[in-house]
Amino acid sequence: MTTYARPGSADSPVSFQSRYANFIGGDWVDPVKGNYFENPSPVTGHTFCEIPRSTAEDIEKALDAAHKAAPGWGKTSPADRAHALNRMADRLEENLERFAVAETWDNGKAVRETLAADMPLAVDHFRYFAACIRAQEGGISQLDEDTVAYHFHEPLGVVGQIIPWNFPLLMAAWKLAPALAAGNAVVLKPAEQTPVSILMFAEMIADLLPAGVLNVVNGFGIEAGKPLATNERIRKVAFTGETTTGRLIMQYASENIIPVTLELGGKSPNIFFADVWDADDDFRSKALEGFTMFALNQGEVCTCPSRALVARGIYDDFMAAAVDRVEQARPGDPLDTDTRVGAQASRDQLEKILSYIDIGKKEGAKVLTGGGRAEMNGGLQDGFYVEPTVFQGDNGMRVFQEEIFGPVVSVTGFDGYDEAISIANDTLYGLGAGVWSRNMHTAYRAGRDIEAGRVWTNCYHLYPAHAAFGGYKQSGIGRENHRMMLDHYQQTKNLLVSYDPKPMGFF
Amino acid sequence: MAGGEAVATPAPAAEPAADAAPEPQHEPKRVEVTAEARDLISQLREMHGDLMFHQSGGCCDGSSPMCYQDGEFKVGGSDVLLGEVAGCPFYMGAAQWKLWKHTRLILDVVDGRGGGFSLEAPEGKRFLIRSEVMDDDERARIDLSCPVRRMG
Repeated sequence: MTTYARPGSADSPVSFQSRYANFIGGDWVDPVKGNYFENPSPVTGHTFCEIPRSTAEDIEKALDAAHKAAPGWGKTSPADRAHALNRMADRLEENLERFAVAETWDNGKAVRETLAADMPLAVDHFRYFAACIRAQEGGISQLDEDTVAYHFHEPLGVVGQIIPWNFPLLMAAWKLAPALAAGNAVVLKPAEQTPVSILMFAEMIADLLPAGVLNVVNGFGIEAGKPLATNERIRKVAFTGETTTGRLIMQYASENIIPVTLELGGKSPNIFFADVWDADDDFRSKALEGFTMFALNQGEVCTCPSRALVARGIYDDFMAAAVDRVEQARPGDPLDTDTRVGAQASRDQLEKILSYIDIGKKEGAKVLTGGGRAEMNGGLQDGFYVEPTVFQGDNGMRVFQEEIFGPVVSVTGFDGYDEAISIANDTLYGLGAGVWSRNMHTAYRAGRDIEAGRVWTNCYHLYPAHAAFGGYKQSGIGRENHRMMLDHYQQTKNLLVSYDPKPMGFF
Repeated sequence: MAGGEAVATPAPAAEPAADAAPEPQHEPKRVEVTAEARDLISQLREMHGDLMFHQSGGCCDGSSPMCYQDGEFKVGGSDVLLGEVAGCPFYMGAAQWKLWKHTRLILDVVDGRGGGFSLEAPEGKRFLIRSEVMDDDERARIDLSCPVRRMG
């Protein structure tokens, strides 16, 4: 067990600046209007730095820099771009502990996750897209003896990216790696809740990219995000967030006729078929761990398995063991490497989760464990902590239908395969799902019948690069985490070439 | 944070005149607003003009109401109008509303940080929905099948 010293103390691997600037054109640039906002750590609830409260003027500056850089960057060789991405990955890896602690301080998540998941996955993501762009091929189609269609990949140019606060640096990596690999220049607007690790990252890799290829502008959605998303000088916008803002971004994109990719969350079912309980073995334990995955990252994951569907025949035994497993994961100091559940990312997030726990109780859902704010001490009493909560109810309840984005799971039983699939698909969303069965036929059929982009089968919450990630239904458009994301950051140029010297004979 | 007592109560139904045909019973409001939220709406209206709300679903800042300048967000056939809060229309996706229609919504506000492109973020505030399950009396008085205006 290790407990990292809190940033600001002498022993911490991290020291933050008291005030940050925007990263534009390779320089640190103060916001034009000179305004900043306070950035609190969810761990303690106390402010630790100031962040630019940028406006349209700053976005324009960043777009100027990006447009200056884009033509040159787009013509670099794939080998050069891959090399830059690999070096970015190396830098992050060399500083992994520092970034893990910084991320924990800014977001509230347990450092054991940032050490073991967020940072290693971000490192690997840059390496993956470095490899993809090296391996990408265009196309040559011989249409007849003398006519050939060549298909080239070309970068879009300058793209806008707006990312969420739940995995700040990892979501930045998911967006940046394919965009940069494909040869685009980027203006990135981080979430106002978690701006710091990305600024640290930009600082650390500034010498690895030409000035203006990566620009980071901070601020609020309405003041900085909107001027980016509506801007006629971007060729694409990528957004991860929620449905209303997703629709708004599509609406803005329609005005400029540019493509969008959206990842908008879900209400993911996690199905436990009866044969899970056939033996008291490792697999049973793995399934119980899979149930408890709703508390990973404090439930602040778009694919949080927030609806558990348990076969009626094993329901009582399964749930007794599941609740016991959940109760072993209590919120603790996020900087302690033994802590499995950290702090929620913001005060309003905490309030929203509590409001949903409230409606769950009012609708008659039964609280099997948890059910409220976690009282903390030792300097954490003002932080934003929630007890992992298990509700038992039915799929018509709002806690079964709305993403709470907290450590809350709603459980119901099912009788037979058809009812399991029917409940699983009775949702507006289709991002993730889990299927647990020892029977390969059941597991395969269920995985194919569930309307979701990612079905974890006998596992959950794995995010390796090269496994496509994206939503069905209201969960979004596009597939990240896979080389196919390159297509979302590239134009297709077709050269249609005739090698026949004779006239066609029309005129 | 506002308690239940701060919730604005719906205006009582007017008494029908003795000689008039009986009017339909007053429908309970589907969405109400706390005094704190009303104050913030007034403040935002002075800064931005007329406002609208759209209830978001999904992750991150979702499952919360978004506040925009009126007309900023294009509502359409997939939306319903639940009512007005402090003079502002309050919309929700129709598919989402079907899952919410047995609850009464109360627009509240908490200290917070951000939420998509919602207008209150720079003020250090976040609109939040609290909910009450409708009781039998309310359900009897409300048309659960189609009480709201579908847009478009």
